Amino acid sequence: MEGIVGYGAYIPRNRIKVEEIAKVWGADAPSYKKGLMLEEKSVPSPDQDTITMAVEASKNALKRAEIDPIDIGAVYIGSESHPYAVKPSGTILAEALGSTPEVHTADFEFACKAGTEGMFVALNLVKTGVVKYGLGVGADTSQGAPGDALEYSAAAGAAAFIFGREKVVAEVLDTYSYMTDTPDFWRREYEYYPQHGGRFTGEPAYFKHIMGAAKGILKKAGMEPQDFSYVVFHQPNGKFPFKVGKKLGFSKQQIEPGWLVNKLGNTYSGSSPMGLTATFDVAKPDDHILLVSYGSGAGSDAFILKVTSRIDEVRNLAPLTRSILDHNKNYLEYGEYAKFREKIRKAD
Amino acid sequence: MRDVAVIGIGMTKWGELWEKSLRDIYVETALLAIDDAGVDHIDSMYVGSMSSGIFVGQEHIASLLADYLGCAPVPSTRVETACASGGLALRLGFMEVASGMSDIVLVSGVEKMTDVGGDKATYALGTAADQEYECYHGITFPGLYALMAVAHMNKYGTTREQLAEVAVKNHRNGSKNPLAQFPFEVTVEDVINSVKIADPLRILDCSPITDGAAAAIICPVEMAKKLNKPVVKVIGSGHATDAIAISQRKDMTWLEATYRAGKSAYEMAQKKPKDIDVFEVHDCFTIAELCVMEALGIVEKGKSGEAVEKGRTAIDGDMPVNPSGGLKSKGHPVRATGIAQAVEIVKQLSGESEERQV
Amino acid sequence: MSTPSRYWREVPQRYRLEANKCEKCNKKFFPPRLICPECGNRELVKTKIAEKGKIISHTIIRVPPSQYKDQAPYAVGVVEMDDGVNVMGQIVDCDFEDLEVGMRVKIEFRKLFSQGHSGILCYGYKFVPDS
Repeated sequence: MEGIVGYGAYIPRNRIKVEEIAKVWGADAPSYKKGLMLEEKSVPSPDQDTITMAVEASKNALKRAEIDPIDIGAVYIGSESHPYAVKPSGTILAEALGSTPEVHTADFEFACKAGTEGMFVALNLVKTGVVKYGLGVGADTSQGAPGDALEYSAAAGAAAFIFGREKVVAEVLDTYSYMTDTPDFWRREYEYYPQHGGRFTGEPAYFKHIMGAAKGILKKAGMEPQDFSYVVFHQPNGKFPFKVGKKLGFSKQQIEPGWLVNKLGNTYSGSSPMGLTATFDVAKPDDHILLVSYGSGAGSDAFILKVTSRIDEVRNLAPLTRSILDHNKNYLEYGEYAKFREKIRKAD
Repeated sequence: MRDVAVIGIGMTKWGELWEKSLRDIYVETALLAIDDAGVDHIDSMYVGSMSSGIFVGQEHIASLLADYLGCAPVPSTRVETACASGGLALRLGFMEVASGMSDIVLVSGVEKMTDVGGDKATYALGTAADQEYECYHGITFPGLYALMAVAHMNKYGTTREQLAEVAVKNHRNGSKNPLAQFPFEVTVEDVINSVKIADPLRILDCSPITDGAAAAIICPVEMAKKLNKPVVKVIGSGHATDAIAISQRKDMTWLEATYRAGKSAYEMAQKKPKDIDVFEVHDCFTIAELCVMEALGIVEKGKSGEAVEKGRTAIDGDMPVNPSGGLKSKGHPVRATGIAQAVEIVKQLSGESEERQV
Repeated sequence: MSTPSRYWREVPQRYRLEANKCEKCNKKFFPPRLICPECGNRELVKTKIAEKGKIISHTIIRVPPSQYKDQAPYAVGVVEMDDGVNVMGQIVDCDFEDLEVGMRVKIEFRKLFSQGHSGILCYGYKFVPDS
């Protein structure tokens, strides 16, 4: 059966705390921390972007897959912060890995679910026999407008999954997607920062689509929450995953291993994919995992995975997600953060 | 092969010469050398100019300057080997006279560096380094020498203070040189606390951005004698190459090309390092002077820092190095430097170095 | 400053560390060469360099060249890779005080610079601490 043969994550080392951002804008840090269930977020260095992180996450995935990159037949990066407006990120990733020239690529964009859509397509190209291995990556260096609520959570990170038929680490038993046209969060061309609908991003957007996808896939597969060891939801803040999990009948313990947002922030297209890599770091053979992403605009992709015994052989071939999260952290003050994120620039 | 002598030298004050263009600087200096030699024509000329293209947008310097010097149609050749161009111009002129192809040759170098900003100047100087594999990664020329300094300090225990002593000595010498760009003294503390450029090098470890030119007239010794000029002979010359990328060299602390060129020159002149009374060497950065001293056999490998610290390379030391003030104090209009060093040596050998006389 | 073609030509080296080797001298060359400088052999074989090594010298650039003018100060070093090849590159994700000769580092893919606001993005390798 087809599934994930290799997985990997990448997180930049810089962090900024909620207190540091709040102090600049005169906001009340404790209430933000409590309301968002968030302490700090990752910040990319000026020399890091969606592509550089996708390359490093994919290299980690290759270490676990133990395949020749030339055999990857399709490469898809899902992001809302592709470095070029016109020129694919995927070509640079494919070239860096050594998968060119016989390889498909095009970039995916669907807010925070671009990564899982890329994963879905890569999986199905393998399933239908069109390619031997397919790579799906979710990566972002998202921006929140200065002083806006999203500034506290918009973070950077990447997760990569190589799909194949042999030496599978986690079988993909089923997939499902639930999508409607819902303008909860968007960014027009030439605008630097996104706009969002405030509380409209909650019930009619995040909750409706995650619940729609979760219920849809559970019904399709004939499964229930208690059949799963773990569940990973998209993590725009610390609260929403627990809230939606409770509504659907999942426990805190099922959510916790993949819940990174309190120390990582919302890595947008990397969010639920990284929750999945963190879950793989603790999962055991035969564990069932449910993954439900969410992308504004809006839609959710769901995957049901079953871990195989190979997980114990490959887990330590590349860094564990939580090790990367805790390793070599560098805390920034707001000024340096603003410089890194090009919120302030020298004159030309 | 005929014996060759230097019969005329020319150099004006170096510095930020805002009012003078490249052509002005060159012609004034070349005329000084021609007048000093007392000749009424030249047979050929060599012009060193590193990056006139980047600094003032002008290539094709050889012909341009031959014209402006009023010497066209004599053959004029531009020489480029980064900072060694002046020295190479002298060598090529020497070969042309020694071989009998020409009698009177003007060897010269010029650089006009101040028409561009600091960024562009750093970039232009960086074009002497490996563009694709060193400069691409953000290294600068001071950075390359800083890497050599760190390696030298690690391998031989050379200290930050010893590097500073090179600058102190050269500024002391330069303060006695009316043509120097920075004729003032500095202390070790001044050097160590000056603006950081590429750790551990500070601005006072680095030679400056300078406008200037230097020129010399050479001819066969027989002609020099007939002209009743003091005979300062060129008795040895050497030339060698090495990888320009520091990461491609076998030992970052060792200047192989300098060693081999020096060896050839010593052999041609039938002299040893200890036979030499005065040295003018390339102190583009303080560490460079230390590495050159070792490569030329003035001291053993690793012992240069100690030698400078003990005052052995001062004007009154037993192995004077850079009595002119070196590039550090005198200035470094890149391609002019090699010729300027020759100019100082001619002055020293003729007893005309005034307060800097060794 | 690179043009698109100058940048693109070096991509196998910048992205994948492709090198070549003289099998007579057993020497690796990065970047690849057309002729072995030791023995003159012109039949060199494709290979790659190791991805980890140790710092043999380092400096911190405070006065940068134009394409790096917004990035200074940054550290640059020469690293002796585990297969004996020396490579120059920036050293990042590390405090300047921690840089020392002998420190173990590994290669990571990063963005080197962009050619102004509208030019191409130039990627390549940098070194990060290998702890």
